[in-house]
Amino acid sequence: MVSVMVGNERHEVSDAVGQNDALWLPQWAVEEVTGWRLKPQGFCRDDVCVPVPPGRQTEFVDGGRVNVAAFWRLLEAPALHDADGGLWVLGESAGRRAAQLESLEAPDFRLPDLAGRVHALSDLHGRKVLLVTWASW
Amino acid sequence: MWQGLFEGLQGRNFMVVAVAMDSRDDAARPWIEAANPGYLALIDRHHLLADLYNMVNVPQAVWIDEHGRIVRPTEVAGSYEGFRWRDRNTGKLPDEIAATTKAAKLRYVEAVRDWVLKGPSSAFAFDEAAARAHLSLPSADVALAHAAFRMGQALLGEGRIEEAQGFLDEARRRHPESWNIWRQCYKPNELGLAAGPEFWERVQALGDKRYYAHVDMPEMP
Repeated sequence: MVSVMVGNERHEVSDAVGQNDALWLPQWAVEEVTGWRLKPQGFCRDDVCVPVPPGRQTEFVDGGRVNVAAFWRLLEAPALHDADGGLWVLGESAGRRAAQLESLEAPDFRLPDLAGRVHALSDLHGRKVLLVTWASW
Repeated sequence: MWQGLFEGLQGRNFMVVAVAMDSRDDAARPWIEAANPGYLALIDRHHLLADLYNMVNVPQAVWIDEHGRIVRPTEVAGSYEGFRWRDRNTGKLPDEIAATTKAAKLRYVEAVRDWVLKGPSSAFAFDEAAARAHLSLPSADVALAHAAFRMGQALLGEGRIEEAQGFLDEARRRHPESWNIWRQCYKPNELGLAAGPEFWERVQALGDKRYYAHVDMPEMP
């Protein structure tokens, strides 16, 4: 069992292997965890596909498993793991964050209130929103 | 600070979303319960918003219009440097500084109100070019810092303190401008504030640089 954190989500994936800098996920879990799907033309999300670099197929795909960490490095996005490889963080690349902000579409998010009820920014479509942070510290 | 603004704009299709950047269990709860706000009060344990909106401090704000478009990108929500002049024994601020601090907050709240009432024709609403010009964009180090922070917090949650510390130190090193990361990782004092001697040393080291970045708005100190 390997835990993979992406954004605010945490996925527990059985039949996954985290070893050295590789994170091998069973193919069925790749899309659910990362939002990307392995197709013949490469890794695809929405209408974007990133081809697997020629000659490096075995680095990314091994039978029914996909090395998601290698793909993350290809995206120039952070992929971090703990000492024993059982806990991973797949972060977003600076380039993708920057592109999102430059589009001026406010990045959507889902966060809980005190009662644990989850609210999405997109639920407030049609209203002006002042999004403001604070902290107890 | 936002309750009066929110109440005065009831029926104007406006919502305040106040998000606590608090990783510790229930640290934000007593504050929210005491304020009992009519607007949305959410908890961001993993500092997701800092990653999404490239935030480095609190309070920071983003103005978002009816279509989900950013009207003013991440900026300090009207806070001024007043605390740097506070007498650390008596807690008192010099009168002039206290007045400036209060005026800055008021200016900011009034600017939000003006935008809610007038929309794009408000003098405080940026057009798209101005909004883009005011964006601050993350570097690869910043992206890595957010991932390391996330890992550090997860390890803390599992009681793996020493391993967590390595990732949290990495997060601070990669993103030295982030007071959010630094203060969340710093041991709080008896008031729950990350404001011990090392904090003051770090503030002192800013010299002429601001702790709360200047807000680009007329009449802002």
